[in-house]
Amino acid sequence: MSSRKTKWGMSEIQPQKPLQTLGNTNKDLYPNIYIILAPLLTMPPASATAESNGLRKKNKHEVEELPDVGNNLLTGVVTIDHPELAAARGVISGQPRMTWPSWSNQQHGVGVIDLVSVQAHGHANGGYFLGRYPPTTAVFVFSVVQAEISLSLHSWKRPTKMPAVKGDGMRGLAVFISDIRNCEYSQAEIKRINKELANIRSKFKGDKTLDGYQKKKYVCKLLFIFLLGHDIDFGHMEAVNLLSSNKYTEKQIGYLFISVLISASNELMKLVIQAIKNDLVSRNPVHVNLSLQCVANLGSRDMAEGLGTEIPKLLISGDTIDAVKQSAALTLLRLLRTSPDLINMGEWTSRVIHLLNDQHMGVVTSATSLIEALVKKNPEEYKSCVSLAVSRLSRIVTSSYTDLQDYTYYFVPAPWLSVKLLRLLQNYPPPEDPAVRTRLTECLETILNKAQEPPKSKKVQHSNAKNAVLFEAINLIIHMDSDPNLLVRACNQLGQFLQHRETNLRYLALESMCLLATSEFSHEAVKKHQETVITALKTERDVSVRQRAVDLLYAMCDRTNAEEIVGEMLDYLETADYSIREEMVLKVAILAEKYAVDYTWYVDVILNLIRIAGDYVSEEVWYRVIQIVINRDDVQGYAAKTVFEALQAPACHENMVKVGGYILGEFGNLIAGDPRSSPMVQYQLLHSKYHLCGPSTRGLLLSTYIKFINLFPEIKGQIQEVLRSDNNLRNSDVELQQRSIEYLQLSSTTSADVLATVFEEMPPFPERESSILAKLKKKKPARVSENSEVKEHKLPQAQMANNVDSAPPPPQVGELFTAQVTTPGSGGGSTDLLGLGTSPPLVTVGGPTTTSSSALLVDVFDAMAPPTANGLDANGLSLGAEENCKKFISKNNGVLFENDLLQIGIKSEYRQNLGRIGVFYGNKTSFQFTGFSVDYSTPGNLSSNILFYLNVNVKPVGTFVEGGAQVQQLFNIECIEEFNDAPLIHIKFLYSGAEQKINLKLPVALNKFIEPVEMDSSTFFQRWKFLNTPEQEAQRIFKARLSTDPEQIKARLLGSSLSVLEGVDPNEQNFVSSGILHTRNQQIGCLVRLEPNLQAQMYRLTVRASKTDVATIFCDLLEIQF
Amino acid sequence: MMQFMLLFSRQGKLRLQKWYEANTDKAKKKITRELVTLVLSRKPKMCSFLEWKDLKIVYKRYASLYFCCAIEPEDNELLTLEIIHRYVELLDKYFGSVCELDIIFNFEKAYFMLDELLLGGEIQETSKKNVLKAIAAQDLLQEETEEPRGFLEEFGFI
Repeated sequence: MSSRKTKWGMSEIQPQKPLQTLGNTNKDLYPNIYIILAPLLTMPPASATAESNGLRKKNKHEVEELPDVGNNLLTGVVTIDHPELAAARGVISGQPRMTWPSWSNQQHGVGVIDLVSVQAHGHANGGYFLGRYPPTTAVFVFSVVQAEISLSLHSWKRPTKMPAVKGDGMRGLAVFISDIRNCEYSQAEIKRINKELANIRSKFKGDKTLDGYQKKKYVCKLLFIFLLGHDIDFGHMEAVNLLSSNKYTEKQIGYLFISVLISASNELMKLVIQAIKNDLVSRNPVHVNLSLQCVANLGSRDMAEGLGTEIPKLLISGDTIDAVKQSAALTLLRLLRTSPDLINMGEWTSRVIHLLNDQHMGVVTSATSLIEALVKKNPEEYKSCVSLAVSRLSRIVTSSYTDLQDYTYYFVPAPWLSVKLLRLLQNYPPPEDPAVRTRLTECLETILNKAQEPPKSKKVQHSNAKNAVLFEAINLIIHMDSDPNLLVRACNQLGQFLQHRETNLRYLALESMCLLATSEFSHEAVKKHQETVITALKTERDVSVRQRAVDLLYAMCDRTNAEEIVGEMLDYLETADYSIREEMVLKVAILAEKYAVDYTWYVDVILNLIRIAGDYVSEEVWYRVIQIVINRDDVQGYAAKTVFEALQAPACHENMVKVGGYILGEFGNLIAGDPRSSPMVQYQLLHSKYHLCGPSTRGLLLSTYIKFINLFPEIKGQIQEVLRSDNNLRNSDVELQQRSIEYLQLSSTTSADVLATVFEEMPPFPERESSILAKLKKKKPARVSENSEVKEHKLPQAQMANNVDSAPPPPQVGELFTAQVTTPGSGGGSTDLLGLGTSPPLVTVGGPTTTSSSALLVDVFDAMAPPTANGLDANGLSLGAEENCKKFISKNNGVLFENDLLQIGIKSEYRQNLGRIGVFYGNKTSFQFTGFSVDYSTPGNLSSNILFYLNVNVKPVGTFVEGGAQVQQLFNIECIEEFNDAPLIHIKFLYSGAEQKINLKLPVALNKFIEPVEMDSSTFFQRWKFLNTPEQEAQRIFKARLSTDPEQIKARLLGSSLSVLEGVDPNEQNFVSSGILHTRNQQIGCLVRLEPNLQAQMYRLTVRASKTDVATIFCDLLEIQF
Repeated sequence: MMQFMLLFSRQGKLRLQKWYEANTDKAKKKITRELVTLVLSRKPKMCSFLEWKDLKIVYKRYASLYFCCAIEPEDNELLTLEIIHRYVELLDKYFGSVCELDIIFNFEKAYFMLDELLLGGEIQETSKKNVLKAIAAQDLLQEETEEPRGFLEEFGFI
């Protein structure tokens, strides 16, 4: 390996060399080059340094003007007015590529042209780059367009750090990569790639046979294009051809292409396998390894079939060199994972196990991975590996770090092998042989002891490697769960980590402690750290660590500390991250139920949960509290009293109304003796919430009312009045209408006896596993981390569906009643009703038409669904979405979308490069939307250019939107680079059983990130003149579509986040504006001039911006505003 | 077992991807997009580990590049960080103070080196010396086979 690289710095550019080159260049042919190069090359490095230092001292705004030297230099170039230059259009664009206000953020290398590309390819974009790297040197890099220049630049050593190509150097590839890097926006990149693809295609198809080198080069280019994210549909055959090349590099590239690009089902696979077979028996181990790596990368079934017998031979043969053995072991492991039925070690079992004794640590490391997989498949057969593994481990942990030479990693002897051995041992119970067992215990003790020793190095690598082994040892200790001494020591060790300054260690310690908490030996030891864990919950800055703390508190909770832990969790819930609230609610609910000594405490906790985090209290939770209250006589009176009190709060969550309504309907009589909660008071309290609730809660309350009629005949009159009111009797919600009618009938026509029988107290629920626990179990594997709330909220939807079988909700009288009565053929008489309490619920909560068996109704609803709801235009956007979105260019708030079902409103605000868009989804119907979800995506070219961070972090949408309700979602957006498209949001929900899809553009346009700037006439025109290259300007002449009233024009300009500069333009009719576009790394100045021609009702709009393309994008946006 | 490794820049550009578990191209793109956004949105002092779907994500930033690995629940997070570090060390040794550009322009080398370090998602060779020796052996073969070509060509025999 030679050191061929050139550092990127002034000192190494060696001014003489390019000058000499310049001297050799034909001046007559390239006069312009001469003019450009000379001032640059003759400038002494020292002055450049001085200037760059001066520059950095100035603050942002002062630097807005170009520095003197740079200015002179640049204008010197810019003003060259040579006929040849004009002919070769765009040859030199004398603008600094970067914009100087953001100088301090600028990274080196941005926009730098690789001169190599000029040399070989013959063109590059013009422009100067004024950057710095390293911080004390200023580097002036420039590039020139035109093929002819190449010769003169060739010998100038690359100023960008390293387009240097290692080894054989496929120059064409490097050139191509440089070209791609020089493309400033995705369109140009795609164009360049398509050109290259066409070229490669023609080469592959051409008559001329390609030699290996060319094939390799093109295949490699295809690979690069693929890795950029483009699809490649040819070149596979050429890659396969390369496999049989006798040149190693060609073979290697062939294998790489196949590993990355060929799927197992490809028809060429037979050829590939044949080539691999040939290489497997090659005398050159490097070739053998290459083919093995390919098998390991692909691991297809065909390979397992074709090579499954060859590879084990390689592994155990005495002739195989170590490096090949290592690859063979892992290749076999891969095949074993993909096709376990095809790989059979047969008679080689013991020889494979004995690889644990191999001299070569690398071989042992690879073999241990393989053996662990084999053990998982057949533990009995490989049982003898335990003692070998223990003795190997013992040798490592007792060795000094110097013993293992290169396998010592930052003073830790063979950490990878140690961890693998410790993992392997976790597949077996503690060793039976006392000698082996003692030895293992000694190993684990040694590892724990070492953790207490002072570190041998301050490097994080040392501590990571050491602790990796320690954590794995603790995992083994927990797995064996037999030695109390070790378990307690492990726990103490983790306790130390809980307060370590490394976040990573705190995270892992919390995680491991969860496991320790489940062991009877260490549970008590874990509890000692309760305070620390609670502190972690409150103070950790990273939500993923806080999540671990919640998990641990949950795991360490038992009867003795439940009250405290639940209390702390409730406290924390008030400020908890939205992403973990739902899970926390479930956990609190479970703990409260599990460890409740006193059920009044349990009721308090659940009501508190609803009060603090009502939105996150799922149905399972409030169903469960009702189940428990119904099943336990001793708590019913208390529950009734407590909910009654809770309902007196001026604002209480709808879930509270549901629980309150249900409990008072059942047990309101228990507190009715107190005049402060007399029947009338109870009823009025509930009814005061009625109008605030959604249809499903209203339905529940109606059921409560009819139960009240049974419990408290004295208020029958008032209740009947409510049932009779138009609002209920003629409610557009059929469910409510039906309940009102039926309850009214029931209360007026049946005798008190019948009523009492129908509304007898609910029978106890059968004892079963808590439905909440089932939900948490389901949730656990899919627990997603922060920032993915949007996705996360799809979860409960699925759970809802599953929930029916796991835990049916408490049957609600009203629903049963309706279902039965409306079933055709059922007599509707009281005899049917008598069976209410025990018959299974036929209707699920809130589904107005689900099984009501009235096909007619369903049809009516279908007809009601507006045809546009699913109407999507050619781009997959909902109709009118595009047009509507445009309106938001000049305003921040308004209605984005509206149909018969849904109204979507927008409120947005922007500051510099950040934006926040609140999206309000309003349900216009009186029915609940179920399965409501909002996803977002960024169109293809957009996502590759810019990243939108969309954090739903204020109020993520739940899966339900009640009728008439509105939910809000917040998108946080950051503008990273200029863009000309908007991200899409995809809204999905079920409305009366039919899926509705709405796709919309999020109304975010580039101009939102512009902030107006005031400036005077001279500054304006100075800057205007400065932005004078074709790429920096965009102009449109168009007919006015809207009013040309000057005030309105002004308003629209202001609305588009621009200033309106008075007295700048000599012609008073014209408008000039300026603003700065903020992106993450750059601030881009934008100047606008709008010249109305009132007679012709035309405009001429000119936009200039300091960055290519920005002007065009901005021009497009503004044009449609006038 | 490691499921995949991604290298991407601070700007979110993917520089290298290695998948040890079969995935469709579409799925790969989706995963990449999600993870890049997720990791880039995290603040510097945050924990290097994340739970993501049923995998664990281990990431670390070196200069302008993020190295991001997905491992299975039973895998060791800390040691995965050190796999990343070892890989960086190897690249650094080979390229001589490596930077993002080295990986862009010599992406195939970066892949070859990774294949020597990790195979099928498991660590193959932890010794820096041995990996570099293997790569050097490859380079040697390369030069042996490439040189005659230049010579012959120079004299116009081809």
